[in-house]
Amino acid sequence: MKKFLLALAASAAALAAVAAPASAQDKTKICFVYVGTKTDGGWTQAHDIGRQELQAHFGDKIETPFLESVPEGPDAERAIERMARSGCAMVFSTSFGFMDATLKVAEKFPDVKFEHATGYKTAANVATYNSRFYEGRFINGQIAGKMSKKGVAGYIASFPIPEVVGGINAFLHGARTVNPEFKLKVIWVNTWFDPGKEADAAKALIDQGVDILTQHTDTTAPMQVAQERGIQAFGQASDMIAAGPTAQLSSIVDTWGAYYIKRTQAVIDGTWASQQTFDGLKDGILTMAPFTNMPDDVKAMATDTMTKIKAGELKPFTGPINKQDGTPWLKDGESADDGTILGMNFYIEGVDDKLPQ
Amino acid sequence: MIIEAILLTVITASTPLVIAALGELVTERSGVLNLGVEGMMIIGAVCAFAAAQASGSPFIGVLAGVAAGAAFSLLFGFLTLTLVANQVATGLALTILGLGVSGMVGESLVGVPGVKLAPIAIPVLADIPIVGPLFFKQDIIFYLSIALVVGVNWFLFKSRAGLKLRAIGDSHGSAHTLGLPVIRTRYLAVMFGGACAGLAGAQLSLVYTPQWVENMSAGRGWIALALVVFAAWRPWRLLAGGYLFGAVTIGQLHAQAFGIGLPSQFLSALPYAATIVVLIIISHNRRTTLINTPASLGKPFVPDR
Repeated sequence: MKKFLLALAASAAALAAVAAPASAQDKTKICFVYVGTKTDGGWTQAHDIGRQELQAHFGDKIETPFLESVPEGPDAERAIERMARSGCAMVFSTSFGFMDATLKVAEKFPDVKFEHATGYKTAANVATYNSRFYEGRFINGQIAGKMSKKGVAGYIASFPIPEVVGGINAFLHGARTVNPEFKLKVIWVNTWFDPGKEADAAKALIDQGVDILTQHTDTTAPMQVAQERGIQAFGQASDMIAAGPTAQLSSIVDTWGAYYIKRTQAVIDGTWASQQTFDGLKDGILTMAPFTNMPDDVKAMATDTMTKIKAGELKPFTGPINKQDGTPWLKDGESADDGTILGMNFYIEGVDDKLPQ
Repeated sequence: MIIEAILLTVITASTPLVIAALGELVTERSGVLNLGVEGMMIIGAVCAFAAAQASGSPFIGVLAGVAAGAAFSLLFGFLTLTLVANQVATGLALTILGLGVSGMVGESLVGVPGVKLAPIAIPVLADIPIVGPLFFKQDIIFYLSIALVVGVNWFLFKSRAGLKLRAIGDSHGSAHTLGLPVIRTRYLAVMFGGACAGLAGAQLSLVYTPQWVENMSAGRGWIALALVVFAAWRPWRLLAGGYLFGAVTIGQLHAQAFGIGLPSQFLSALPYAATIVVLIIISHNRRTTLINTPASLGKPFVPDR
């Protein structure tokens, strides 16, 4: 029922977008489809900040309408199609779950360019863009390995997609490079956005003895629980320091603006082509919130790792790493290729959880 | 004590469901189906947060949440009772409107650190081991939720006014012929439902997760609506259903953290499945269910003048 309602709301919003005055014929329309609200304090907010930077960069040469709270699934297709039909030159669909919907709509609108975030399927008019979030999570893991007294961290996960699974692995591997005995407890909340449930998961993990929290969900609720219970945590997608002034160690911050500007310029110039972008810390599509609430030596270690990743000297997924069942994955010195990283569907050794299939 | 910690989390998670569902129970007992619980809840949440923020007092926040929920429900009341609009459509519209308006009102409140409603320890009782911290060192909204269940049960089944309200819900025509004030009673019942949803919303933004984010009710209004039906419109069953749902929700999170190895999708669906199964078992007696279902539920009432 809720889904149905959201769809109704989304369709209504889409209609409003369609009905917008047609005076802007000469403006290029760059459209955005969001899975959450633009002020969620996390994932969608980061995309919306990127959209605002885009708008500010091109001024009145472009328009940037957006749809918020579009649920993943069949409703997403309707929302994306409305956008395409309303005359958008390019549509950014900013959630993994929009993948198939984006491709279906793209087939019907060959003249519209589509950019799908974090997916792996492309077409002549569908490009993907993704960020090497795992680089940031690896650094967070190293910090956790140093900061955790009990050697156990809690991980609040959303859906078992490669990006999330890869994030869990990167975090644990990072932690194990400084504390080989480090353990990780994982809770899947099966939602990107439910402050109450995220807070409940945070409480459950803390009650079971973790002293560091990290999340792959979109609200600041877990950070707030960490602050209240006096433990430390990492933010996700946006800097969450306001929710955890003495709790936040760092946060991976998504900075999409530069990419949005680059791709919009390509559309205006007529040079847009389908591609798969997979950028990381060195490209500035991903940044780290300041390393806070930690001693100087940990801060120095984190900064050093970040510098090495940016310089290309350090690849987080470098062996020896075993899979969860103990079988070898990467040999000593061997690094994972992008294909494996983008399609990661297994845990590495030490994750105290069974991967949902 | 892990059991105590789990139970504390269960109480926080269940309280908003129980309160919102209880309000809807009274509304439906009067024969009005208000599907706008989610909308009224989120309006309560944003107003409670804003008022607590502006005044610095979470108590004023609670009052504001209750008042906002009740005021918002009046809109539904006016449309469905005075203008005799379709209740289902109006309720859905109320939810969509509530989600939109709350997002607009709360835009400047996103990311603002919240004020948490402090627990009140009840002297002596709070010192009892285990039971004390669980039930007697809680926030005012928890105490209110229990008082409301007791109060509503008494009102509906032991008081004259409650009997009249149920009569109106069962057959508004006959009740009208008997001279009972159908419309006025329904207005009050709708407002009670709104006030409860507002209180539940205040619990979300002042106790559960003391912050404001758009859509923070995340479907709890719909769960509350379902609870009313599955509890067969009986307050005590509703309390049991709400707590069962909360307990399984939190239990499955702990099960995951323990690493018991069951698929998380299955565990996430468990609260819904368990609550439905248990409430169907309690309500298996078709006769009791039929007796308890308000016969005029959702039907429009136009008094002949």
